[in-house]
Amino acid sequence: MATEAPPPPRNGTEAPSAPVSPTTEQFVEVQEGEEFGELRRTYRSFAFPLTLAFIAWYLLYVLLSNYAGGFMGTKVFGNINVALVLGLGQFATTFLIAWLYSRHAANRLDPKAEVIRERMEGEA
Amino acid sequence: MSTPVLLAAGNATSEHRPLIIALFGAFVVATLVITVWAGRQTRSAADFYAGGGQFTGFQNGLAISGDYMSAASFLGISGAIALYGYDGFLYSIGFLVAWLVALLLVAEPLRNSGRFTMGDVLAYRMRQRPVRTAAGTSTIVVSIFYLLAQMAGAGVLVSLLLGITSDGGKVAIVALVGVLMIVYVTIGGMKGTTWVQMVKAVLLIAGTLLITFLILLKFDFNLSQLLGAAATNSGKGDAFLEPGLKYGVSALSKLDFISLGIALVLGTAGLPHILIRFYTVPTAKAARKSVNWAIGIIGAFYLMTIVLGFGAAALLSGDTIKASNKAGNTAAPLTALEVGGGAGSTGGAILLAVISAVAFATILAVVAGLTLASSSSFAHDIYANVIKRGKATEKEEMRAARWSTVLIGIVSIALGALARDLNVAGLVALAFAVAASANLPTILYSLFWKRFTTQGALWSIYGGLISSVVLVLFSPVVSGAPTSMFKGVDFHWFPLENPGLVSIPLGFLLGWLGSLFSKEEPDAGKYAELEVKSLTGVGVAAAVKH
Repeated sequence: MATEAPPPPRNGTEAPSAPVSPTTEQFVEVQEGEEFGELRRTYRSFAFPLTLAFIAWYLLYVLLSNYAGGFMGTKVFGNINVALVLGLGQFATTFLIAWLYSRHAANRLDPKAEVIRERMEGEA
Repeated sequence: MSTPVLLAAGNATSEHRPLIIALFGAFVVATLVITVWAGRQTRSAADFYAGGGQFTGFQNGLAISGDYMSAASFLGISGAIALYGYDGFLYSIGFLVAWLVALLLVAEPLRNSGRFTMGDVLAYRMRQRPVRTAAGTSTIVVSIFYLLAQMAGAGVLVSLLLGITSDGGKVAIVALVGVLMIVYVTIGGMKGTTWVQMVKAVLLIAGTLLITFLILLKFDFNLSQLLGAAATNSGKGDAFLEPGLKYGVSALSKLDFISLGIALVLGTAGLPHILIRFYTVPTAKAARKSVNWAIGIIGAFYLMTIVLGFGAAALLSGDTIKASNKAGNTAAPLTALEVGGGAGSTGGAILLAVISAVAFATILAVVAGLTLASSSSFAHDIYANVIKRGKATEKEEMRAARWSTVLIGIVSIALGALARDLNVAGLVALAFAVAASANLPTILYSLFWKRFTTQGALWSIYGGLISSVVLVLFSPVVSGAPTSMFKGVDFHWFPLENPGLVSIPLGFLLGWLGSLFSKEEPDAGKYAELEVKSLTGVGVAAAVKH
């Protein structure tokens, strides 16, 4: 790639003080490259199924609340019933998924993203 | 113990009104000092819109919590639990799980590809003027609905706590809230608003912790015992602890509950006043950290509302709560009075005053965030990029933002004064449904779907916006039910109170169809820019530093 890239066309949405940024051609080249493809795969193959899973689990909870009153009213201990346990379970899974995603992002996504970013900003 | 307690509550408020007013006053003075201080550091458009983009993840997480936990969460959810038991708790689960959509799909890409508004990302790959107009319209509609709910809530709450019952007095309260929010936003911009939201979040968590502790103390820190007392005292027995008291009445109300559930879980990541908060941190990593903090803080808060709501049900009678406010909105302050030593005691009066001041702070911080979101979008999307075609100077743009803040403030004072008797919960649920139908599909398609086009964006935004608003207009929220906004007329034909079940899938479908039938090819180069930027953050750090 040329190190003496011509000044990129200014993006219409940016303020005049916006810094020089890589050209569209450079972005297309990176987007089609193997390295970025792997970053995209690592992100999507984790985030998309997990999103579907927690939405399904939430909807299951909503449907159980609606149509399985007897089951939800079953006492587990004292006055604590299945409905409350499952409700608190939604809290627990939310905290758990947030932690899992953040760990995945820190370990698997951030290093890959950083390599691409530093190279592109260095070239621009 | 119904009427005497309530009367005593009234007496306590009137006896200790100077204390309540002093606490309100202290909060207002403190936040104004913060605002003026922040205003002195607000020089550029990046300062005004994004607070300079240099807040830490923790600070922003706190501010997001302050922006999100509205009076509807604090007063509404604890009140709903107090009256309907378990069904009240269902709201808070949707409100919390929704944050995962923001964390996994929206926060980081948004931070990396936009600068000031939701429209920055929606219009990135598209023809600027039509898409920015659509994004600005939808931002302003969602924010105004949300704002109206807060203003109406403020009027009801503050007039009740200060014992103001005259219409003139209620209008004066709404006007006071409106003027304060105009001052916060025009002078302090995003920096001032952020600090106000942080202070509010700390106050809200501290106040809720205190009441939760005092309630648990009465029940030996035994949740089962608390739930048992609530079930018995509610007169409904075990049914009070099971789903169904509010939404399980008929097949239709069950369907309505599904609709509400979907709107809650998909709405959050499309709320403009939440989305612009991600621009106040320097990197995607900090945006992620702020959502994690927000999930922790908001989750802890909703866990405490369980104790607060069931505590209210255990300690007060349903009649007492309903006599004070039909929707249960004053259950939390009344419980504070009770655990502080009961009516007539100094401890009770002080706690009541503290919780009331916290509720007032909550409303002010949320309305400031909403006003900022709508005026930013007007100035940046509509004025600078549509009217001035991207040729406005930074000075002109900031002037437009300040003037539109004043304008939006005046409009919401006027509407809030008119809407002071409207159903608050309906307005908030509507804001979530509109956000999920009009904004979320376009955000997700823009970020993740290569073939998405300008026409797809327009169909999705306008289709989701119009269908959700029209369905609500012809729903029982507006007419034809005892709780409707307009009584005595009936022009409803849509059976559900929440339009989400229909309008959210429609918004997604229209975005897909609009792109499919588009004559225009999607701009592949722009998508490459957006996708690479959104996942890697190329150019972000530099853009913030100027």
